[in-house]
Amino acid sequence: MAKVPVQFTLNGSEKAEFIESGTTLLHALRDKIGDTSPKGGCHQGTCGACSVIIDGELRLSCLTLAETCSGADIKTTAGLAEGGVLHPLQRAFLDAFATQCGFCTPGMIMAAKVLLDRTPNPSREDVVEALSGNICRCTGYEPIVQAVLTAARANSQNAA
Amino acid sequence: MELRRDYFADVRKDGLHEIGQPRPRLDSPGHVTGKTAYFADRNFPGMLHLKMVRSPHHHARIRSIDTSEAEKHPGVVRVLTAKDVPHNVYTILILIQIGPEDETVLADGKVRWKGEAVVAVLAETERAAQEAAAKVKVDYEVLPAVFDMEEALKPGAPLVNEYHGQNYYLYDSGECRKVRFGDVEAGFAKADHILEQSYQSSPIEHAPTETTGCVVAPEGNDRFTCYTNTQAMFFTLDNTSIILQMPGNKLHFVGGTVGGGFGGKVDVIVEPIAILGAKLTGRPVSFIYSREEEMQISSPRAAEKVVIKDGVMKDGRIVARKVTGYTDAGAYSRHSPYGAQKGAGHYPGPYTVPNVWIDTYCVYTNRTPSSAMRGFGVTIGDFALEVQMDKLARLIGMDPLEFRFINAYRDGDMKAHRQPTEGAALIECMQEASRAANWPVAEKYMAMSSYRKGA
Ligand code: FES
Ligand code: FES
Repeated sequence: MAKVPVQFTLNGSEKAEFIESGTTLLHALRDKIGDTSPKGGCHQGTCGACSVIIDGELRLSCLTLAETCSGADIKTTAGLAEGGVLHPLQRAFLDAFATQCGFCTPGMIMAAKVLLDRTPNPSREDVVEALSGNICRCTGYEPIVQAVLTAARANSQNAA
Repeated sequence: MELRRDYFADVRKDGLHEIGQPRPRLDSPGHVTGKTAYFADRNFPGMLHLKMVRSPHHHARIRSIDTSEAEKHPGVVRVLTAKDVPHNVYTILILIQIGPEDETVLADGKVRWKGEAVVAVLAETERAAQEAAAKVKVDYEVLPAVFDMEEALKPGAPLVNEYHGQNYYLYDSGECRKVRFGDVEAGFAKADHILEQSYQSSPIEHAPTETTGCVVAPEGNDRFTCYTNTQAMFFTLDNTSIILQMPGNKLHFVGGTVGGGFGGKVDVIVEPIAILGAKLTGRPVSFIYSREEEMQISSPRAAEKVVIKDGVMKDGRIVARKVTGYTDAGAYSRHSPYGAQKGAGHYPGPYTVPNVWIDTYCVYTNRTPSSAMRGFGVTIGDFALEVQMDKLARLIGMDPLEFRFINAYRDGDMKAHRQPTEGAALIECMQEASRAANWPVAEKYMAMSSYRKGA
């Protein structure tokens, strides 16, 4: 089958691949480029485990065709820590016991990051709404909601 | 967290440094950075994808299987049927001598539940495997099916599984697990009230966020490395060794990182056939359940029916308890004979009852085989028992918590299955619950202890 070239920025570095037309971004990231931080939980847009950030927007990479991402700026959880220092969201997820099996965690962190980028001081309802597309089968959500609120507080203290 | 040091003060060892202290989980740094390696994060050059052709019928004879069109489909490398599996009929608990072997890796002549694996297709891409699977032709003769446990136990019901010969698991104790303690009929005869109720549950799917699967890589020396999310590593290794008739030292299992299990990943389902595919093609193989397969195919918690008959005195003492439990194994045993047996060991609950009669049946139906899930064999029983306890308390006009204090087991009490109670803490838990929930009980109950002495 004919291959299509695709080129985008992933966590700040340039990536270029030839892919089969119709390849999802999830597949391209995981199996071609080797960033396995987005997870495939359903491949049908219902679990949120594959969430990534494309040009600042939260996207399900299992429902995004890789060929539509040329020129895009893509961020995943694998690129969040800077110089080995955890992002406040990562720190808060650790401290709040917001991970159990961890399979939903990279997607949750992506959803939370988009929220905090836009709404630095979210209400509890804002957090619940922002995470509503992400399924966690282990934690019961409460520690995750608390982690996001804690990270928001840490951010605003740093900013102050 | 508050530790109540006054409970069991004389048996507690002090110098506990960890309990009550928050400690970071060792695996969390990997989770929050996306570095934790789940089985599906392994990728090998030349990896094949396995897709399963599944039975669309609940019960049917297979007249013929035609894989010729599928084999011609572009990208298909190999198609597997029952004859390719060295030891095709297995049962996981055979490792602890719970037989007979009653389940096929790939269906041979018959399917017994809707979704049963019939033919495995290995192809270069997932899509090619999926398309080729749709081209496999299976000619079925549909047979009558049975979905209800009581129907299945009636004479003349369709026989689900010939390896058993009847629609229940035959224990060494007969058609069910039995516990007999005291004289239950004499207990009912003297009871002030008798209450018989039945409780039923549906199958429950674990729905882990990561679906069941494995990735297998041949090591080039007749040895195979299997990256898997099984929750039962050695069960899987040993059963794979039996199914493939390969010594265990040829099988290298890598696991321990599971994206949610809850008991749903203890069956030996994906690994043997994926390893067989890798062996016969010499290529790495990935076999990952789709979300639909996870919901429809993976074993759920068994449906259960529990019938409880109790004799109770006006003063709150339960004097007789008769429990009949039914566990719906579906078409195959998997862990259900053990689940039903656990139920027999668990009733009459954490209560001391002088006259007890328990029968628990493991029943075969044409439903999805059930298996382990968080306290299987016990959880539904506890639901039934505790609802029954509330109903009994209401019947005699007693506070439900005080009613439980009266019947709570305590150290030294003989349990129905002839084990003396040791280390009981139900009374202390209820005392704490009474405080925490602000549900006061009479002072005499707050003064009770699980210790018999001085009680
Ligand atoms: S894998 Fe994309 S939403 Fe589930
Ligand atoms: S931690 Fe397991 S799914 Fe969320």
